[in-house]
Amino acid sequence: MPAYSFTVNGNAVTVNAPADMALLWVLRDKLGITGPKYGCGVNACKACTCLVDGHAVTTCSTKVSAVQGKEVTTIEGLANGDTLHPVQQAWLELDVAQCGFCQPGQIMAAVDLLNRTRNPTDAEIDAIENVCRCATYGRIRAAIKAAAENMP
Amino acid sequence: MNEPRGFSTGRRKLLTYAVSSPVMTIAAGLAVPSNAHAVPLPLMPADTVDYYDVGDSIVQFSAPTMPLVKLSVGTDGKVTLEMPRLENGQGIATALGMMIAEEMDVALSDVVVSSADAQPQLLYNQITGGSSSVRCFDPVLPVMAAAARARLVAHAAQQWGLPPSTLRVEAGVVIAPDGRSATYGSLTVGAATLPLPNALPKHPSQYNVIGKFTPRLDARDIVTGRKKFTMDQAVPNAKPTMLRMPSQIRGKVVSVNNLAAVKAMPGVIDVVVVPPGGAIVPRQVGVAVMAETFGQAWDACRALDITWGDGTNKGQSNASIFAALKAANLPLALPPLGALTVDGEFEFPAATHCPLEVECAIVDARADRAEIWAGMQTPIVALQATAADLGLPESKVKAHVIPSGGAFGRRLFWDPVQVAAYVSKATGRVCKLMYHRSDDIRHTRLRPPQVHKVRATLLLGSVVSYEQRIAAIRLDARHGYGEKFTAITGALPEGTPQALGNLGYEQFFFKTMVSSPYNYGVSTKVLTPVTFDWNTVSYRSVHIQPARLAEEIITDEIAKKMGKDPVAFRMEYLRLPRARAVLQRVAAAAQWGKAMPVGFAQGVGVHMESRAFTACVVELDARDPAHCKVARATIVIDVGKPINPSGIEQQCHGGLAEAVSLVLNAGLTIKDGLPQEGSYSQYHWARMKDFPKNVEVILMPNVGDPIAGMGEPGMAAPSGAIANAYARATGIKPRKFPLNAQAPFVATPPGQLPAPTL
Repeated sequence: MPAYSFTVNGNAVTVNAPADMALLWVLRDKLGITGPKYGCGVNACKACTCLVDGHAVTTCSTKVSAVQGKEVTTIEGLANGDTLHPVQQAWLELDVAQCGFCQPGQIMAAVDLLNRTRNPTDAEIDAIENVCRCATYGRIRAAIKAAAENMP
Repeated sequence: MNEPRGFSTGRRKLLTYAVSSPVMTIAAGLAVPSNAHAVPLPLMPADTVDYYDVGDSIVQFSAPTMPLVKLSVGTDGKVTLEMPRLENGQGIATALGMMIAEEMDVALSDVVVSSADAQPQLLYNQITGGSSSVRCFDPVLPVMAAAARARLVAHAAQQWGLPPSTLRVEAGVVIAPDGRSATYGSLTVGAATLPLPNALPKHPSQYNVIGKFTPRLDARDIVTGRKKFTMDQAVPNAKPTMLRMPSQIRGKVVSVNNLAAVKAMPGVIDVVVVPPGGAIVPRQVGVAVMAETFGQAWDACRALDITWGDGTNKGQSNASIFAALKAANLPLALPPLGALTVDGEFEFPAATHCPLEVECAIVDARADRAEIWAGMQTPIVALQATAADLGLPESKVKAHVIPSGGAFGRRLFWDPVQVAAYVSKATGRVCKLMYHRSDDIRHTRLRPPQVHKVRATLLLGSVVSYEQRIAAIRLDARHGYGEKFTAITGALPEGTPQALGNLGYEQFFFKTMVSSPYNYGVSTKVLTPVTFDWNTVSYRSVHIQPARLAEEIITDEIAKKMGKDPVAFRMEYLRLPRARAVLQRVAAAAQWGKAMPVGFAQGVGVHMESRAFTACVVELDARDPAHCKVARATIVIDVGKPINPSGIEQQCHGGLAEAVSLVLNAGLTIKDGLPQEGSYSQYHWARMKDFPKNVEVILMPNVGDPIAGMGEPGMAAPSGAIANAYARATGIKPRKFPLNAQAPFVATPPGQLPAPTL
């Protein structure tokens, strides 16, 4: 099996895996990083969303070979030590989560949006397709707007 | 596992409380409703749900074993409750933690609410359902916590030679008037030897915690990715396993034609045919692949060449099912009387719970013992059934209840535990089983499709009768009250698709849940379960959401026929003052009757359930009638005694999204005995764009009414409001759900899994 090297949350890793193995399974089953969740496997629910070189990708639909040499950030790597990212902080202040299963993906999608714009419109927030079965969408929307004001 | 997972181990918990349960707590709901309203005829027969509902039954069944529930104080000052319920996002752990913090005067950050392992000695006191969890603990937990506090204070008083009444407690520290102080952690060892004192919980006027917006206890773990769900548990040597399921519901595996080739695929450890069987309820059959990673297990599942045998619903489609249900539905008693009746027949297709965490379980089955990790709403019966399946004594099986990624009723059965136990035994390895989303939707348990036929009769300007006849595919309730005796009763006679015992539970749930808020004279709602050998289970609110949705639609149609405004009509016909109060409040807050742009309309719905009263007004954008969207929602809810306003608002948001989904967008399409939908791109559970941008939830104040359940009551009022807004905006009577046009899609072939989108 070929070896792929990239960084995950700032740590260099090398994994032996088939080129077409989804990054999600490399993270979860080979590296033991369980923040990104499986919800569908077909890029529909987006629960596995992580950042690759700062951009949101669904790891269920990203081959490990595509992240060779790149920088992968999962929910576990978002905070700076005990200092939470503004999106995480807003999530706490507005008590956004319910069951929490989709939330790593929701938060990473929100971070991606706020990396692109500091003034997200409702239309841009509507374009986030991450499914929340508990439906805490109202608070997600409010938290994204609150976090926008505290982005560095 | 005695120590809660995810928390520090080795802490000494010396003061453990078991308190005599103040049983007969069920005075809630015994107040005679005030029906004193002039014109409308009182509901006849009187609604039994006013007096006794399914939540009461769970409170009552739970009460005798409440003394076995453990609340303990560690030497580190942490107060721990081993909660015999499943936290699945509904916020019960936080609500119970708040009760403890309130009564013990400890910081909420020092309260740990852990998930208790299955404890068969709790009998009926470990089922999560019926919106009953907080209702079960409200009369008990404050008493336990107040007693614990009194004991700790008594020990400090003894040490200092002071009367206990002179001491106060702040944030887990007992303080004397002279300034001496002692932490709970330092007092717990000595306090454990003291007799149980008399202690009364606080009066609501003294509350500092209860009733205040409080973030979830696990919020920080969630936003940092540290919260561990079942598939995140670090169980040594647990091997990823997936199950490929048949081409039809309850189909069969005839043969696997390339077993050797698939076993030789990269990463594959074993391939196991999972045959029929299983105690109490039938096991899901299929072909399981165990591999080093889930990616490889999925690839190997797809590569299997399987000859499938027909299922028990061969040839069935939505059309044939609805035809069968209509044929089975009981006739209405009163004949149609032209202008004097309002009639409607409503079709609700099957729905999937689709919690974001798919069905999954880890099982380590050995020759002499077994261990289970899963999100289970009924862990005791899951343990007992697994013991039977594995041929082990129950005492040799442990079941760890892992907080789950949603449940909505879906985890009342333990299907993945059954399969994982079989595969673990067959392979001699620890099985970490996860269903593919596609099969999770298609094969696992669904909300039964149903047809509701309604007729209201008007005479002399008044509604004199309301009849509702419901035919639904039979609902599997063989989980009973979560342990084997009630479960086995529900499963008798064994092996039949509709057991007499199950029918009893089904009718009991119906009669203790579905009620009417209106004085509609002679009123009947009758359920006819229709036997299809199909996998069903209670879906959030069970029969209530469709039954009350239909009644809210007919209510608007009655009002229209009588030339009355929908809100004014409801104010006249609502039976109970609290229902009228929430309606009045929502009408004012939402500016009922305001001018709306062309293509938009307001709609209203009122509902009562689990001792909660709620009303909703929505504004619907129906400019494109095939793609309606809810633009605004105003919800008023009266839960009697609110514990956590944050959680209550969240449950209202969840109920609103259920309404948006089930009324407008989401339904399953059965074709040749199999749902065609297999992902969130095909089954349209609400996404961000579907959720209204303006949502206001107004919580009525605590004026001393009994505590309500909260997990389910939030669905029906918004459901009615959306459907009624649709009728007002489009002029089309809502009859077949979902109302919006469904986009065509290419279904994954029956018996196959979709390919990864790599």
